[in-house]
Amino acid sequence: MFKFKHPEYAPVHVLLILGSIFMLFPFIWMIATSFKSQDEILTTSKSIVLLPDLARPSFLNGEEETARIERKKEEAKAWQAEQARPQAERNKKIQAPFHWFDNYLFALKAQPFYRFFLNTIFVTITVTTVSLFFASLAAYAFAFFNFPFKNAMFMMMLGTMMLPQQALLIPNYIFLSKLGWVNTYMALIVPWLASAYSVFFLRQFFLQLPKDLFEAATIDGCTRFQFYYKVVLPLSIPSMVTLGIFSFLANWNSFVWPLIVTNDTNLRVIQVGLSYFSSEAGTRWGPLMAASTMTILPLVIGYFLAQKQFVESQATTGMKE
Amino acid sequence: MANKRKKDWGAYLYLMPTVVILVAFHVLPIFYSLAVSFYEWDLIGQPEYVGVGNYSRLFDDPMFYKSLWNTVYYAAVSVPLSILFSLIIAMLLNNPISAIGLYRTIYFIPVITSINAVAIVWNFIYHPDFGLLNKILAIFSIDPRAWLQDPVWAMPAIIFMSVWKGLGHNVIIFLAGLQNIPRHLYEAARIDGASRWQQFRHITWPLLSPTTFFIFTISTIGSFQVFSQVYMMTPRGGPLKSTMVVVYYLYRKAFEQFEFGYALAAAFVLFMIIFACTLFNKLYLEKKVHYS
Repeated sequence: MFKFKHPEYAPVHVLLILGSIFMLFPFIWMIATSFKSQDEILTTSKSIVLLPDLARPSFLNGEEETARIERKKEEAKAWQAEQARPQAERNKKIQAPFHWFDNYLFALKAQPFYRFFLNTIFVTITVTTVSLFFASLAAYAFAFFNFPFKNAMFMMMLGTMMLPQQALLIPNYIFLSKLGWVNTYMALIVPWLASAYSVFFLRQFFLQLPKDLFEAATIDGCTRFQFYYKVVLPLSIPSMVTLGIFSFLANWNSFVWPLIVTNDTNLRVIQVGLSYFSSEAGTRWGPLMAASTMTILPLVIGYFLAQKQFVESQATTGMKE
Repeated sequence: MANKRKKDWGAYLYLMPTVVILVAFHVLPIFYSLAVSFYEWDLIGQPEYVGVGNYSRLFDDPMFYKSLWNTVYYAAVSVPLSILFSLIIAMLLNNPISAIGLYRTIYFIPVITSINAVAIVWNFIYHPDFGLLNKILAIFSIDPRAWLQDPVWAMPAIIFMSVWKGLGHNVIIFLAGLQNIPRHLYEAARIDGASRWQQFRHITWPLLSPTTFFIFTISTIGSFQVFSQVYMMTPRGGPLKSTMVVVYYLYRKAFEQFEFGYALAAAFVLFMIIFACTLFNKLYLEKKVHYS
């Protein structure tokens, strides 16, 4: 085993720490903002000039857009009227002082967030586990077997990643509504149980496993499925964990798809919930950042724990030859 | 043996779940979109058949060429940069150092954070008056710039932010690939007196090539479809349309101007370009990949 804290790795640490600061500061900014009041956010950095552009509803609603602009105009008028009133009268309006966790409380009260969380967890875990299983089967076939139309199948699979999502939304929606799946968990789950990315990812790792092992095992009477779950799967735990993390994140963060295929609040996922903060009455930066922090923190902690696991599994797989 | 396996239809049992779902939800919609690209359709009225009309209009559209050029620019700069930096970081992280888990987590945080939050933060950083970037440059007495409002700098600014956002993803994949390289190879090389560069050139690079091939292919496909950060950071295609990329262009055509057939024609031209690049990768570059 390696001894830790070798002094010769000091330059490596210096480089990594510099990089870490660079990687971290937007995240820190987000957490800091989640504790600020709207006033604080808007006055300490006057760069709010840039922000309203980001406040628009994120997807395809021309009407919502105009409604929002109208609302903004009214808000501006109200604000001007407010400014015209004498200072003493204005001060009276400020009643409760801002507390640290106000944004968090506001965010939790504004939306049925626990429901969004449960939906997201249910969908994400189902999709991640099932798609990992399906993808590993397909990748196994691509890596170890020779079958008719192998290259064509592979290119078809990669082809599914090449048309922009935005172009596929309409046909997919039409198809789902024909199946009667709009506003069901099926719509959120089934289309994502197959992932070309995952198959490609695992194929690359399976191809690095020694081929003669496969030949030897099959000659010894091991069936192909036995070889898959007794040899290939245990050996590829590290890559499966990595892929599991990616798949989990992709589903956790998916926004456009759930937005389109559901409109029942009970079926909403957290990313859609987050978007509510920017479409209703302008953007409430504090609660938005508080809600973002709440959706990201479990991932960061989960990732920190999972990656430990994944270092350990790395150490226990004996295949280094 | 080889002949027997040529007729191996049994392999399709393993492919079936994936293929069935992909065909239903990802392949058929592509053909449906292809069909619609030959129509003029505003999503509400009756589609009107126009043959290759949408395509011939597209090839006369200077804005389409502009968006294509911008997309190629984005891909050609961001993909190599991202691979270079993520490989360096992965190699640093592949040392037996302490706090490794913490570093892995930190470098992965931008990947976890949603693009909304990230875009807001970077808008602050690039802000001409209060932005962190201009403040840092002022230390070196470099004049401030309106990064996202400058036609020359808007795209590099977006590329920089995108590389930052995606770095952790590639680092993790490279790290997994690096850990698959048997350590005894390096020990043997050291005994033979190989320099660090020689070790990299003759062990790391060839043995890592399946991973590099994967990242290169995936990043190319992804970068041709860049959309969210452009949409969030430079609304309406940026200064002098300098950040107008193809997907943003077709998004506007489809969902703002309701020219759905035309937008899908643009999507198909993009699809063909990405497909050609990937086919080249698969048929030509993969020959240079070293599989065990």
